[in-house]
Amino acid sequence: MQTPAPFEYERATSVDGAIAALERLGPEARIIAGGHSLLPMMKLRLASPEHLIDINDLAELAYVREQDGEIRIGALTRHVDLLKSELLARHFPLFADAETVIADPVVRNRGTIGGSLCQADAAEDLSAVCSAAKAQVVIRGAGGERVVGMEEFHVGPYMTAVGAGDLLTEVRLPLRSGAGSAHEKVERRAGDWAIAAVSAALWIDGGTIADAGIALSAVGVTTVHLTRAEELLRGKAPSEELFAQAGEIASEDCSPSADGRGPVDYKRHLAGVLTHRALRRSAARALEQEGAA
Amino acid sequence: MNVSMTVNGEPVSHEAEPRQLLVHFLRETLELTGTHWGCDTSNCGACVVLMDGQPVKSCTILAAMCEGHEIRTVESLEVDGVLDPVQQGFYERHALQCGFCTPGMLMTARALLDENPDPSEHEIRTAISGAICRCTGYKNIVSAVRWAADHEAAAKQGA
Repeated sequence: MQTPAPFEYERATSVDGAIAALERLGPEARIIAGGHSLLPMMKLRLASPEHLIDINDLAELAYVREQDGEIRIGALTRHVDLLKSELLARHFPLFADAETVIADPVVRNRGTIGGSLCQADAAEDLSAVCSAAKAQVVIRGAGGERVVGMEEFHVGPYMTAVGAGDLLTEVRLPLRSGAGSAHEKVERRAGDWAIAAVSAALWIDGGTIADAGIALSAVGVTTVHLTRAEELLRGKAPSEELFAQAGEIASEDCSPSADGRGPVDYKRHLAGVLTHRALRRSAARALEQEGAA
Repeated sequence: MNVSMTVNGEPVSHEAEPRQLLVHFLRETLELTGTHWGCDTSNCGACVVLMDGQPVKSCTILAAMCEGHEIRTVESLEVDGVLDPVQQGFYERHALQCGFCTPGMLMTARALLDENPDPSEHEIRTAISGAICRCTGYKNIVSAVRWAADHEAAAKQGA
C-alpha cells in the first residue's frame, strides 16, 4: 500500500491566508490543489512535506476570462474546464489539443493548471503549452506579486520560480492578432505521458510570421524552449520548407534520454516531425483567423 | 483530525489521519468495500467514486479534502432491490468477468449518463478511458452503458 508520510493538514480560506500559512509553516509546507502530481510523489515518498495547505476552497482562483488584452486563467482552474473553455478554444486552440490527451477525463476533473505548472515535470504538456503561448505567470508571496515569463519560470527539473513562501495565482496569455496554435503529442497508449510532444504558436501579420513560440515536452530534463527555431521563423513567410527547418532544429536542440518509451534517435526524430506538424497546423489556424477577421 | 462528509446521502463524521486516502476511509473506516482499491497510482479507475457528482479517483484524494463534500459510491446505485440501469446494463450485456474494475466502471458510467443521457460510442469510450478492464476488452462495457442510456430514455418517456 502506498501511503504518504505523516503531515499536518489545513485548509486555506483565502489567498492571503494560504500565503500567510506558507510563511508561518516554513519551507516544509506545500500547497495542495488537485493533488494529482503531489499525492503520487508523496505516496512514493519522493516528497514528504510536513504540512499541506489545501486551496481547493479558493473558488476565486478558478476562472478563465478575458481582461486587459489577455486571457487570464486562475491557478485552480481544472483540466476539464480548460478543455471546455470556449474562450481558450477561440484564441489558443493548443489548450484543447493538449487537454484531450492529458491523462484521462477522471483525472482531468481534479488536476489544475497551477499544479501542473508548479510540478514542472518535463514530460507534462501544459508547461510546453504555456511556454509556446508566451504565457506570463503571476506569483504571489508575502512580499507582494511578481509576473514572470515561462523561460524565467522554468528554473530546472521540477523547479520553478515559485519560492517556498509563494503561491502561483494566475496564468496570463497576451492576446495578439493573427494567432494560431497547436499541440502535437505521441504517446504509447491513451492517457499516457508523452514519448514526445510539441506545442507551437504563430502570430502571422500580413503574410509574415511576427512572432513564434515553440516548446517541447518529454525530450529534455526540463521543458525545452526552442528559441533558435523561434528566431528562425520570425520575419519570414510561413512555408513547409521553413517548418521542416524548424523541425530539424527541434531534433538537434532537444536532449531526450532513452527509456521504455524509446531510444534517443527515435525521440529526436519524433520531436522534429511533431514540430513540423504543430507549426503547419498553427499556421493553418492563424490564416483561418485572419480570413474570419 | 475529524472528517465530516456526506456519503451516499448520509452524513458521516470520523477521526482520520490527514494522510488517509479517501479509498481507505471508505473501505476501512466506513466498511464500504464496494469501492475497489486497485493500482494506487490513479491509472486503473477501480476506485472511482463521485465527488459532488463528478467522477474522481479516490486513491488520489485525501479523505480530509472531502470534508463538507458529497461522496457517492457504488453501494448507492441499487435502491430497495432495484438495480440502477447501469448495473442492469452490465448484467444484460455481460459486461464483467472478474468484476474488479466494475465499481469504478459503474460510477464512471453513472456520471457520464447524468451529464450526457445519450452518449455516442466514442463518448462512452472516452469517458471510461481512465478505467482499465483486463477481462472483457471493453466492447460489452460500452454496450452495457448504451443499454442503460436506452432504458433510461425509455423509462423517462414512459413516465
